[in-house]
Amino acid sequence: MTALVTGAAGFLHRFEGLQQRLPGARLPFVQALREQAAEAFRRQGFPTRRIEAWKYTDLRPVAEAGFDEALTAMDDSPALPPAHGAARAVFVDGRFRADLSMLDGLSYGAESLAAALERQEGRLGALARPVEQPMAALNTMLFEDGLVVTVPAGVAGGVLDLVSLGTASERPEAFHPRHLIRLEAGASLTIIETATGPAEARYLHNPVYEIEVAFGAVLTHARLQQEGARAFQLSTAYARVEKGGTYDNFTLNAGGRLVRNEIHTVLAGPAATCHMNGAQLLRDGQHADTTTFLDHAAPDCASRQTYKTVLSGRSRGVFQGKIHVHQVAQRTDGYQMNQALLLSPEAEIDSKPQLEIYADDVKCSHGATVGAIDAEQLFYLRARGIPEARARAMLVEAFLREAIEGVQDEAAREALDAAVTGWWDRQGEAA
Amino acid sequence: MPAVTETIDTVQSVTEGTYKWGFETDIEMEFAPKGLNEDIVRFISKKKNEPQWLLDWRLKAFAIWKKMEEPVWAAVKYPPIDYQDAYYYAAPVQKVKPKSLDEVDPELLRTYAKLGIPLKEQAILAGVEGAGETPSDAGRMPVAVDAVFDSVSVATTFKARLEKEGIIFCAISEAVQTHPELVRQYLGTVVPQGDNFYAALNSAVFTDGSFVYIPKGVRCPMELSTYFRINAKSTGQFERTLIIAEEGSTVSYLEGCTAPMRDENQLHAAVVELVALDDATIKYSTVQNWYPGDAEGRGGIYNFVTKRAHCRGRRSKVSWTQVETGSAITWKYPSCVLLGDDSVGEFYSVAITNNRQQADTGTKMIHVGKRTTSTIVSKGISAGRGQNTYRGLVRVAPTASSARNFTQCDSLLIGDQCGAHTVPYIENRCMTAKVEHEATTSRIAEDQLFYCRQRGLSEEDAVGLIVNGFCREVLKELPMEFAVEAQKLLQISLEGSVG
Repeated sequence: MTALVTGAAGFLHRFEGLQQRLPGARLPFVQALREQAAEAFRRQGFPTRRIEAWKYTDLRPVAEAGFDEALTAMDDSPALPPAHGAARAVFVDGRFRADLSMLDGLSYGAESLAAALERQEGRLGALARPVEQPMAALNTMLFEDGLVVTVPAGVAGGVLDLVSLGTASERPEAFHPRHLIRLEAGASLTIIETATGPAEARYLHNPVYEIEVAFGAVLTHARLQQEGARAFQLSTAYARVEKGGTYDNFTLNAGGRLVRNEIHTVLAGPAATCHMNGAQLLRDGQHADTTTFLDHAAPDCASRQTYKTVLSGRSRGVFQGKIHVHQVAQRTDGYQMNQALLLSPEAEIDSKPQLEIYADDVKCSHGATVGAIDAEQLFYLRARGIPEARARAMLVEAFLREAIEGVQDEAAREALDAAVTGWWDRQGEAA
Repeated sequence: MPAVTETIDTVQSVTEGTYKWGFETDIEMEFAPKGLNEDIVRFISKKKNEPQWLLDWRLKAFAIWKKMEEPVWAAVKYPPIDYQDAYYYAAPVQKVKPKSLDEVDPELLRTYAKLGIPLKEQAILAGVEGAGETPSDAGRMPVAVDAVFDSVSVATTFKARLEKEGIIFCAISEAVQTHPELVRQYLGTVVPQGDNFYAALNSAVFTDGSFVYIPKGVRCPMELSTYFRINAKSTGQFERTLIIAEEGSTVSYLEGCTAPMRDENQLHAAVVELVALDDATIKYSTVQNWYPGDAEGRGGIYNFVTKRAHCRGRRSKVSWTQVETGSAITWKYPSCVLLGDDSVGEFYSVAITNNRQQADTGTKMIHVGKRTTSTIVSKGISAGRGQNTYRGLVRVAPTASSARNFTQCDSLLIGDQCGAHTVPYIENRCMTAKVEHEATTSRIAEDQLFYCRQRGLSEEDAVGLIVNGFCREVLKELPMEFAVEAQKLLQISLEGSVG
């Protein structure tokens, strides 16, 4: 076996070697996107903490690990997480597995990107900005597969499970799925995404999402990040919401060793709505970073963000949230709240909410709080005969519930609820 | 509300919205050669008759500065500054050093009188024109003033009176001569030479500024004040202020500043260091009224300032209050390092940007000691094509158990060509600490305006009233004379922004 080249050079090296074998090698528009992304990644490499957007997240553990491309054994039958709906798309190590998926008889289109690549000209890369986001550059350079979803006008798509499984192998693997999701006028869909892997598996999951929500469409996107304890997940989502459309994103960060979720949402048409909520449940030496960019680029739009972080052990949580209100975006209503609960003296939270406002008729606010469990609340519960451990659990649960309650879709809310309860139970066992 | 009534009266008495402090004093000046190099640093040091250690300190700072790069992270835009195209030393020619106020050049005294700062010991700091006519003056506390004109301090009032209490209040160049041990002990311990680009530049070429030492247990009997005036063309002002409050002492210090109207941009890069020991309290107030440039953004002062306080003692307290109405560009973050247990840091700020002014200002509160508390109240007002950014950091070290911070940042937008931005950083590594931050951005509510208009106020007066209300939490922290001046300034700064 040859030694792995680490860092950015390793990925560039792999790109040069694989270029002709990657999907779309004969499609000029795909090749042009990959070349441009490779150029950007060659120039920037992995972001360092000197870059303002990466001030609190150090990617050296990722850069220093050597990664191999995923070698998927096609004859395995891995255990799948519980289903939330009838439709399911399963990816193992970033590759679509038709044998594990259930996409037949749907009222909308859902297929593997690798299989449908030649039809994605103009859609692939329409929203992603690899020149600005190095992880999106890495994804564009090396993506092999992903999910393409198209919900036609007026169709209510129901619930779609999107499952990503990482597997254990001798060498750390990296996979970079690219998901393209489009809801046409008046359509609706709920995607419940579960990303998980075995505790001992070392892998990098680096997905990029390009999400288009057309006139009056409603997309609920619940993400349960429950990667294995040694895994890395660095995701970048781009969403564009047209007039009267709604994008409802909830990201639960519970697994992984080093995780960053970056969400870029553009409210592009008047009266578009965006909810971005999330919870980070961290323990041991976990590092999780939620970074949101919200562009109010049209008038009369509303956005709501509530992010909650619970930290125990030596974990470190990061929240960065920027709301940019363009000059045309009059009558913008923007609200953002991020709160952190520290359960351990060794945990750290870094938070950077940010408002950048160029329109005058706006109502924008943000709030941030950091603290421990309130002693008075604890006392209140204990005075009513509730044991301390139970009382603490109740307070943490109540703290998190506030973010989950913001999720409009019932199926998504239930899935998130179950995941949070599960996390706390496991936490209780460990303590 | 009497303060507001007074403001409206004052405002109504103000004539058209011109920068009234924009005149130039014609006085014989002495300059160092244009440009910046080691010889200039030596020249300044020699002019000030400095000891070798201070020259070495300056040269070290200069060496550091040469290797540094100008910061670009602030949300401000300006053409590159040519550091060689400015005078780093400009002083009124003095035949002999004046022994008393009577010997100070009458032209200088007239300049300060015109600015509303009479350098007479029986006088008060009449921050507002016409204030001297109100009968209540007689009962007011006197204010000691250190007047800095370009690169030198030209006069300090009430020195003898203060000396009786053991208080040292003089120009820092004088303190270097008379109290070298104190200057040497504290200079650069709060803002080291290499702290940042502008602080390094200041450390190399600082010319004057005030030095304040309040001995143990002394409550300073009057407000201390420094009035900075940039007068000469093509000069930069690099003042350095050092305030030391010994155990159990208390002092309130005010800073004011103005400059002539010119088409060129002039650099003002000051460093202010505060040291508060056990149970000491320092209150530092600024009304920053440097020339902001004209409506098209020509001219104005680049105000790139480093201000920091060390709360070194237990229960020490530092309170920064600033009203930033002037300058073409403001880059300023008065900070508190809360080292002593139970120490307290406060930051109250009003920043206004009108026309093409840009302000990137805020604070840092670094909690190290146990049970340290900090409060940040920032009010930003953007009008015209102004860009106003609050940038702040609250950092809680693992040692700062039960630390507490509360931050409130509100922005008000007047007109649709301006911008208001909020960039707070919160870094907490202590479980028992509690940090709260809230920020809002909005414009003046139609219903509030309607209410005022309905009661017969003109639109401009109504806006003034609402803005004063918006800033009240900060303005009430200012010493009285300054509060009145500040309210008036707010109104003037916003002139032409309505309608």
